[in-house]
Amino acid sequence: MLSGILGKKVGMTHIYDEEGRMLPVTVIQAGPVFVTQVKTLESDGYNAVQVGYEEISDKNLTWPKYGHLKKAGLQKNLRTLKEFRVDNASTFKTGQEFNVEIFESGEKVTVSGIVKGRGFAGVVKKYGFAGQHMSHGFMTHRRPLSNGATGPQRVFKGGKRPGRMGGNKVTQKGLKVVVLDAERNLIGVDGPVPGSNGSLVTVEKLAGVRS
Amino acid sequence: MSQQVILNSLVKEHIKEDLPAINPGDTVKAHVKVREAGKERIQIFEGVVLAVRGGSIAKSILIRKISNGIGVERSFPVHSPNVAKFEVIRKGKVRRAKLYYLRDKVGKAARIKEAR
Repeated sequence: MLSGILGKKVGMTHIYDEEGRMLPVTVIQAGPVFVTQVKTLESDGYNAVQVGYEEISDKNLTWPKYGHLKKAGLQKNLRTLKEFRVDNASTFKTGQEFNVEIFESGEKVTVSGIVKGRGFAGVVKKYGFAGQHMSHGFMTHRRPLSNGATGPQRVFKGGKRPGRMGGNKVTQKGLKVVVLDAERNLIGVDGPVPGSNGSLVTVEKLAGVRS
Repeated sequence: MSQQVILNSLVKEHIKEDLPAINPGDTVKAHVKVREAGKERIQIFEGVVLAVRGGSIAKSILIRKISNGIGVERSFPVHSPNVAKFEVIRKGKVRRAKLYYLRDKVGKAARIKEAR
């Protein structure tokens, strides 16, 4: 069984669990994914399975990708290709299809995606600095202030400065699967997931439960 | 399928269809399920609806009552399975959506006219 699946974040809503608690649920439209390449220890030096997600029109196809998909024997054009490490690659075949049924309801999963970009952000937003007073005569409000002691006569590298925030990959571990709809390829996890609605996310089994 | 259609279809099974229309100013009885010592029983919380908040699955109402001379407010998510049912005892005639001014009124001043 594949250890993960690709999907798109649909959005957040609430549902009630069996004990009557309201849960914040992020819905992800995940899969189906198709195996496009099987990498074995002999051929590539490690065991992995490459899968493709999201069928798109052929006009978006590049020649190298066309050749790659043709080699896999797939009649589909897939937008995203991603590799998942597996312990035994010989059980997989190219063209094989996987959907959200690789997960069970109630299982804990890891979800990763690209966070919303915040642009050039100050230290208050980026690192949670307290900033200074807005009033009482303060003329600095949200500045980082001191860059360090006068002793070394220089500023140490790696300090927290304003700059680009967001747009990086973030992994959220241990989210519980509360919705599983194989018919519509939907998976719902308890809690928020990085990225904006419609962005690509990877849902994976927790490390250690990979097969 | 659009994003909103997917989300709506998922919450649909959690939404109660048989709810009475509850508006601010109404006097409402909430039949709350209480679990204690492994047993479940119904407790009733009766009072005036101060506010209706949210919509769809997140809709909740704020009920205020005077218990032993002390004002008690409790908020109920209307679609919660922990509330067995809501009963509207009396329809109130009010002119605003949030009746927070009732918190500062006691006795006769805190009355609400009945809607006809």
